[in-house]
Amino acid sequence: MGSNMAEAHPVAFANVVKAKERGAKVIHVDPHYSRTSALANLYISTRAGSDIVFLGALIRYVLENNAYFHDYVVSYTNAATLVNENFRDTEDLDGLFSGYDPESESYTDTSSWDYERDGDGHPVLDLTLQHPRCVFQVLKRHFARYTPEMVEQVCGVPREEWLKVAQTLVENSGRERTSAICYAVGWTQQSKGVQIIRAAAILQLLLGNMGRPGGGIMALRGHASIQGSTDVPTLYDLLSGYMPQPAALLASKGPSQQTLQEYIEANGSKTGWWANFPAYIRSFLHAWYGEAANLENGNTCYRWIPKIIGDHSHLVTSYAMLDGKVKGYILLGQNPAAGSTNAKMQRKALEQLDWMVVRDLYEVESAAFWHHGVEPVDPTTIKTEVFLMPAAASTEKEGCFTNTQRLIQWRDKAVDPPGDARSDLWFIYHLGKRLKELYAESTDPKDRPIQALLWDYENPEAQAQWRIKDEPDDLLVLKEINGYVVKTPDHPQPYNLHDAPHIPGFTALKADGTTACGSWIYSGVYPAPEHNRAADRNPEGYTFLGWGFSWPANRRILYNRASADPSGKPWSERKKYVWWDAQEQKWTGFDVPDFPLNKPPDYTPPPGALGIDAHAGSDPFLMKPDGKGWLFAPKGLKDGPLPTHYEAAEAPVKNALYAQQSNPTALYFRQRADNRLVPLGDEHYPIVVTTYRLTEHHVSGPMTRWMPWLNALQPSLFAELSPELATERGIKHGGWLTISTPRGEIEARALVTRRMRPLRVGGKAVHQIGLPFHWGFQGKSRGSITNDLAHMVLEPNVSIEEAKAFMCDIRPGRLS
Amino acid sequence: MKESPFLPDAVQTAVSSVLQVGSRVQPFSAESVSKAPRIRDAQVVKSVCPYCAVGCGLNVYVKHGKVIDIEGNPDSPISHGTLCPKGSATFQYTVNPSRLTRVLYRAPYSTEWETVSLEWAMEQIAQRVKKTRDETFVTHLEDGREVNHTLGIASLGGATLDVEENYLIKKLFNGGLGIVSIENQARI
Repeated sequence: MGSNMAEAHPVAFANVVKAKERGAKVIHVDPHYSRTSALANLYISTRAGSDIVFLGALIRYVLENNAYFHDYVVSYTNAATLVNENFRDTEDLDGLFSGYDPESESYTDTSSWDYERDGDGHPVLDLTLQHPRCVFQVLKRHFARYTPEMVEQVCGVPREEWLKVAQTLVENSGRERTSAICYAVGWTQQSKGVQIIRAAAILQLLLGNMGRPGGGIMALRGHASIQGSTDVPTLYDLLSGYMPQPAALLASKGPSQQTLQEYIEANGSKTGWWANFPAYIRSFLHAWYGEAANLENGNTCYRWIPKIIGDHSHLVTSYAMLDGKVKGYILLGQNPAAGSTNAKMQRKALEQLDWMVVRDLYEVESAAFWHHGVEPVDPTTIKTEVFLMPAAASTEKEGCFTNTQRLIQWRDKAVDPPGDARSDLWFIYHLGKRLKELYAESTDPKDRPIQALLWDYENPEAQAQWRIKDEPDDLLVLKEINGYVVKTPDHPQPYNLHDAPHIPGFTALKADGTTACGSWIYSGVYPAPEHNRAADRNPEGYTFLGWGFSWPANRRILYNRASADPSGKPWSERKKYVWWDAQEQKWTGFDVPDFPLNKPPDYTPPPGALGIDAHAGSDPFLMKPDGKGWLFAPKGLKDGPLPTHYEAAEAPVKNALYAQQSNPTALYFRQRADNRLVPLGDEHYPIVVTTYRLTEHHVSGPMTRWMPWLNALQPSLFAELSPELATERGIKHGGWLTISTPRGEIEARALVTRRMRPLRVGGKAVHQIGLPFHWGFQGKSRGSITNDLAHMVLEPNVSIEEAKAFMCDIRPGRLS
Repeated sequence: MKESPFLPDAVQTAVSSVLQVGSRVQPFSAESVSKAPRIRDAQVVKSVCPYCAVGCGLNVYVKHGKVIDIEGNPDSPISHGTLCPKGSATFQYTVNPSRLTRVLYRAPYSTEWETVSLEWAMEQIAQRVKKTRDETFVTHLEDGREVNHTLGIASLGGATLDVEENYLIKKLFNGGLGIVSIENQARI
C-alpha cells in the first residue's frame, strides 16, 4: 500500500513473486492499477488520501473480532498501560486531541497524552485490558467509527473487497504465519504521512508481526543511499545516529538546550537503550573537535554546534530563499528546479540567490534555470552567480551506500572520474581545507569551531594507482564514522585518526573523552584495519550475515526478540528466528539477537533500575523507555498519539468522520500568493491527481533523461485517465491534454486506460488522474514539470510535501 | 590451422574437430577464431547500483583504464545478477558524451557559461562561503538565546552520495561553519 513495488523496486519485488509462488498472498491497495497490481492476488482501487480510514478499519476489525495476537499484545505492547485521565481523544473533540492551541495551530501542551503514573513515576498497567483508560480500550474507542461502511463511503472501496484484505491479514498472522506491510512515498508524501505509517505499525503490533520473519513494516526508500543520508544525516533536525540537532527552543517548550547537560536531559532517557546517550554524544563531539571536546566536559564544543530555532527544512528554506534571506546555495546531486514541489516557485527562489554551486554529472534544470526554463528566460535580469562543477559517478569513487534494509555495502573504485570531475568527498574535503586556511588567523570566537574541526583525511599511498592524487581517503572517513579509541590508560596521549585503534562496536563507546565516533549506529562496520565489513561479500545463509553490514551491529530484523515468546521460546517452530539457549545462557538464532546477549527471558528489573537494566527479559522494544511497542504514542509526534483520518489539504469531499477537515498541525502556507490552495468543493478543480514513478526514469530526470536507452523505453510525459473521464472531457488516447492547478499548468500525452477508475465517494463520482513526474526542460527527453502543479503543504513532523493527493482540472489539447 | 592463444582448451578441441569434418579443412578467419566477449579479460570491480534503494550488486568491467560494460553481480543475495532498466543503464549514465568534464561558471547577469579551472572555482567558492558566513552569522538571538548559526547559506543533496560524503558535508557545514539548513531527498 502506498507503493508500486514492482515498478519502483523491481528487483526487490522478485522476492514477493517468489513468496507468492510458495503460497503467500499479495495484496495491492492503490489509486492506480500498475504492474504490482497485475501480479497481486488481490488489487483494491482506492481514493488517494484515504489510507487512514482503510487501515483504521482494519485495526477496528482486529479489535472487535478478537483477532489480535493476545499474548504478543499483552506482553510486548503498551496495550495494558493506562493513559492520563486528562487525555481527550478525537472522539471527544471532533477531530482534535487535548492540548491544541488554535492560534499557533499546534499542540502546545501534550502533558495529557502521557501515561498515568504511580508515585514513583512508573506507568500504571491493567493486564486484563479492561480499564477504560488502558491503551487497548482507548484504541478501540478511537477507531470505533472506522467501519466497513465508512471505508466504502470515504475510500470508495466496496466493503466486501475491504473485508477480503482484513480476513487475509488475520488468517496470515499469529503464531504460525506472519504478514508484512510495504510502503513508499504513496504514504509518506501526504500531510498526515507519519500517522499513516503509525496506523500500519499499530496493526502489525496487534497482529504480532513486528520483529518476526516475514512480518514487520518495510519502508521502501527511493535512493541509493537515502538511508545512509538519514543515518549519517545531511538533515537539519538530526545531528548523527538519530540524536537530534540541538535546538534553541524558547523556555516554555521545555529545557532550552543551551548546555550539553540540558540537551542530554531533553533527548536522552533514564531507562532503555537511549540511556547510553551521553556516551554517543560525547564520542561524537570528539570525532568533530578532538581534544577541544574535553573542555567543560564537552559543553564548550556543544555550544559551538549551530542551534535550530524552527523548521529549516528544504521546502521551508525555499521560501526564505524566495524572500532573499538565503544568499548562497550548494546543490550536491539534487535538482529542486524540477524535483521539488511548487517547482515554479523553486526556480524563482534560485533567481534570488547571490551565488550557488551545482555539482552533478550533467547540466540539470537547477543549473540551467538562468538561461532556460518552462517559459522564456532573460538572463540579463537574473543575478545568480553559478558554479557548475562536474561530479564523479558512483563507479568512479569508493565508498558506502546504505540500502533500504539498513544494509551498508561498500563499492570499489573502478576508474578515475573524467577531466575535472571530482567526487563530492574531494570537493568537501578541499573546500574545508581552504576554509580552515582562510580562517586560520582569525581571533573572532565565532571562528573557533572551524579552527578546531579535525580535518585530515589524506593518505597519499592509497591514491598512488590513480590519476587524481589528492583524493581524500574514504576509509579514514569510514573509520571515523565507525569510531576509534582516543586514549587508554596505557596510551594517555590522544591518538590521531590515522593510527588510532578501531572501536569494535557502540557498546565500547564512553562518555569520558576516551572514544570518538561519527555515528554510533554504524559502529562495528569497520571494527579493525583489515576488516571493512561493508565490503564483506559472502552471500551464504538464510540471513546472509556475511554480506555487507546492517546497522545496528549487523542485525537484519530489528526487535527480533519479539520473534520468541516471553519465556524465550519461538512463538512457533515454523516461524523461529531468535530464541533463548538455556544451556549457553544466551540468545541465539538466525540473526544477531537484538537484545542484551545474556539477559535471561525471566529477568525482572529491580526497583530503581536504570538504562537497559530497567527493561525485563521480555521487553523487546529497546529504544522505548518502557521497552514496549507503542500502540499509543504518548510523545514524539506533533499531530497526536493516534492516527486520525484527515482529508488532504485539497480534497473532493468533506471529512466524513470529524469536523476537523485536514491535519490541524500541518503547514499550509496559505498567505503565499504562489501557493493558492483549492477550496473544498471548488468546481474549477474537481479531479483528484496523484503522482508517481515509472521504472525507466528516476525522480526529476538527472540520472535518466540523458540516456537514449531509457528515453527509448519511456519517451514522454503522459497522464493516465479513465475512459469515463476521457469521454466526459473529449480527450483522446495518445492525444494531448493540459492539466491545471492554481499553481501552474502542464501538458502531457493522454493514456486513456482502465487502470484508472472513477470512484464513488461520499455519494458522488470522483475522478482521479495519475501523473509521473520525471520530466523537465533539460536532457535528451524533455517535457513539462509535474511539480509545477503541486502545492506547498507540509506534514508537521518531517516537513514532507503532499504530492500524492491534490486537485486539478484537465482540458484537451496542448498548452496554448 | 594456427593454434589460437585466446581459446580455452576444450573449445580449441571442439573447433579442431569441426574443422576436420568433410573432405576439406573449413576456412576460419583469425578474427572469428579469436572472438570472445569483450569483458572476458576485463578487470571486474564490485559496485552497487546508484538508483533506487534496493542496493543491487554491480559488476563493473574495466579494460585499459576504461569502463567497457556494467552488469549485475550474480553473487549478490539481493539481486542475484539481475537489474531493472535503470540499473542496467548505469553504463550509459556514466559513459556519456553529455557528461560535464570541466567546471562551468556563470557570472551575475551573464548570458553564457565560461569554462574555468577547478583551482579557480574552488578558490572562488571558498571565498563566497566565507564572505556570506561572515555577513550572516548570528551568535545570539535578540532574546539572548545562543544559536551560533547562519541561515544565509543552505545545502541540498545527499541521498545519491556516499555515507562518507554525507558525514563530511554535515561535519564541515554544520560543525565547522554553523550552517543549519543542510538537507537532502529524505524528506522530499
